[in-house]
Amino acid sequence: MLNFVIRRLLQSVAVLFAMSLLVFVGVYAIGNPVDLLISPQADQADIERTIAALGLDKPLWEQYRIFLQQAVTGNLGLSFQYNEPAIRLILERMPATLELAFAAMVIAVVLGIPLGLWAGLKPDSFAGRAIMAGSILGFSLPTFWVGLLLIMVFSVELGWLPTSGRGPTIDVLGIPVSFLSIEGWKHLAMPAANLALFKLSLIIRLTRAGTREALLQDYVKFARAKGLPARRVVGVHVLKNIMIPIVTVIGLELGSVIAFAIVTESIFAWPGMGKLIIDSINALDRPVVVAYLLVIVVLFIVINLVVDVVYSVLDPRVRLSDTGS
Amino acid sequence: MSFGPFFRAAAAAFLAAAAALAHAADLRIALSADVTSMDPHFATVAPNIAISWHVFDALTRVDENARLVPGLAESWRAIDPTTWEFRLRRGVKFHDGSELTAEDVLFSLDRPATIANSPGPFTTFTRPIASKEAPDRYTVRLKTRAPYAMLPFDVQNIFIVSKRAASGAASEDFNSGKAMIGTGPFRFVSFKRGDRVELARHEAYWDERPAWDRVTLRILPADPARVAALLAGEVDAVEYLPTADAARLKRDPRYRIVDKVSWRTILLHLDQERDRAPFVTDKAGRPLDRNPFKDARVRLAVSKAINRGAIAERVMEGFAVPASNLVSPPVYGHVSALRPEAHDVEGAKKLLAEAGYPDGFGITLHAPNNRYVNDEQVAQAIAQMLARVGIAARVEAMPVAVYFPRARNREFGVALLGWGSMSGDLALRSVLMTFDAERGWGAWNWGRYANPKVDALVVQALATVDDGRREALAREAATIALRDQAIVPVHHQVATWAMRAGLDYAPRTDEFTLAHRFRPR
Repeated sequence: MLNFVIRRLLQSVAVLFAMSLLVFVGVYAIGNPVDLLISPQADQADIERTIAALGLDKPLWEQYRIFLQQAVTGNLGLSFQYNEPAIRLILERMPATLELAFAAMVIAVVLGIPLGLWAGLKPDSFAGRAIMAGSILGFSLPTFWVGLLLIMVFSVELGWLPTSGRGPTIDVLGIPVSFLSIEGWKHLAMPAANLALFKLSLIIRLTRAGTREALLQDYVKFARAKGLPARRVVGVHVLKNIMIPIVTVIGLELGSVIAFAIVTESIFAWPGMGKLIIDSINALDRPVVVAYLLVIVVLFIVINLVVDVVYSVLDPRVRLSDTGS
Repeated sequence: MSFGPFFRAAAAAFLAAAAALAHAADLRIALSADVTSMDPHFATVAPNIAISWHVFDALTRVDENARLVPGLAESWRAIDPTTWEFRLRRGVKFHDGSELTAEDVLFSLDRPATIANSPGPFTTFTRPIASKEAPDRYTVRLKTRAPYAMLPFDVQNIFIVSKRAASGAASEDFNSGKAMIGTGPFRFVSFKRGDRVELARHEAYWDERPAWDRVTLRILPADPARVAALLAGEVDAVEYLPTADAARLKRDPRYRIVDKVSWRTILLHLDQERDRAPFVTDKAGRPLDRNPFKDARVRLAVSKAINRGAIAERVMEGFAVPASNLVSPPVYGHVSALRPEAHDVEGAKKLLAEAGYPDGFGITLHAPNNRYVNDEQVAQAIAQMLARVGIAARVEAMPVAVYFPRARNREFGVALLGWGSMSGDLALRSVLMTFDAERGWGAWNWGRYANPKVDALVVQALATVDDGRREALAREAATIALRDQAIVPVHHQVATWAMRAGLDYAPRTDEFTLAHRFRPR
């Protein structure tokens, strides 16, 4: 197991390296931020001086070499736009995004698994059909549209919830969170629900499919024949066996929710990393774009690792291979 | 019950008064763009500058019509062609209670040059200053290398910070509020990046006292979020109302919309230098061996083909005015004698035939799609109008991050640009003077119009200290260039603000949203 983890981490260093090179070249190919940010009154000489001051006049390989040199010491560069360390900007906004992502995943899991089970156990009932119809809607309605609709209904018409923003935060161990106050919950509810919708539908469908398949298995039939109560049949024999694909998907989706909550964050003006990355791409703020993607890669690596470990716990047949395959 | 009606009326009056008290003192505004730093000397980007105007002042400032008016300097004059003298207002207090002196001004003028890593440095405005001195506590003399008329205009970009608070301060010290000591109408309270800026009234403000105790500027870049916040009553006012929502809000008595022709002009650059212009082809798509835009008649034909009224009315939903100039009507150096070119399909066809293109030709019109209001749609509309006179135009729109570098690289034959300038001669210098990297002229002259006469007049204007003569020179230069069809002006954007009905705002040509200019009605 330890070997497995170490091997994984070594592989991820290579991934990080490749990623940084790709992003670096990509952003370089587009242009430089000075064209976008300099005062319209600046003359050509000013523009060139500024480009030189930011080190953007050097050849690409030279810029990349400087970046690598600094990166080994943990310095991912200063943001062009904000003049602050890129990594600090990202970490500053990370709690907001993580909170939103976890809230969305909790909603998706807590509602999704029971609803999926229900739909799988009683596929022909009215409720079962209604759940499936709802999940199709959740899949197919675009996030931004649902977000706007939520705002129109709950904020503008009913006035129950605030339209946007994060609201007051409370520091826990130095990390600002909003789920500890009622006002914070009010701000969190709509964006989290909006972000959860797609994942919720996904989990419902996965759970339902798994349940229907498991119900036909011999061990379930046997458990029933033994006269075990329905609760135990479903709770132990069915649920435990359908969890593996669900855990995989939850893991992957958690990563994507964190990395790509951009649409929801923009509509609800949620001050998270998604908004930061969009602004940075628009302004060609390369240090922030590179640092952000590196952080996301690390996040995916960690999540996948955790998922693999959870597998081995859930399913004793899975062994984390020490030799690699 | 005989006291029933009276009691009810009294209660209603009391509640109304209480509500008024709760509201009159606070103002919440939704801004449309992210603020990158509180440091007033870090980057010349409009969202940052807008915040700075709340906390700081400059020696001069511009009014709603983009005309120069006194700021911290109550007067200024040129004592010789290369020396400007500014006389400071007496008794101006910083937020920490200390008095503004010439020392603070000199310090502030020096500071932009000390800021490293700025993507848009303020040194553009301080570089012409060769030396500076303070003969007494309330006088500042600035010497320029050559006669330079723009100095009083340029210093309105340099915010005056407190020397004591800002000595040795980095941008982070401004973000945390430690160094945010200005003389402006509001004290800095807090800055939450990507979320909001909070301000409180500066009780000892030297100019008109703001009506608000506390101001919250919320950063809501997504258009729907901004409008929803206004509709839900979470903010009292918003800037940059999306054109699509304007019509609906206008009919709603609960809201008030104010607008003003902005300083931003949308125009087309036509490559008129190279023998073969990129993306200029015959109708079959083969490159033309000669560049039709070298002929002023073709440029005029393009101008005549554009129905500016229709673009302003339909594409811009009324939030634009047809343009004839490089700068918009209120701005210094605007030539009102020039009228927007009338829409004339037959005339355009005739001109094209005379120039040797009876069947027209083909172009690609390049435009940004996230820079100006409805930019891509405007380009599409122009393309359709050009098609009617025989110029087959394809539109290619792209994000401005890709667009500007390519345009600067001269990869386009026909390109759309929006230009905002506080004065006609400066706009000419950037957009229409002969390109000269050495001297820094024509940095945005993508079409490479070149006319020595225009160059000479602009140079002369920028060195003319007498205001009236300078404006006359700027107008003369603009008239020559525009009669040459050096660019095709399309429209001037109209800036909009929406607010609840109980508020009023004096809309500004420079598009800034300033909380202290909001008043209860």
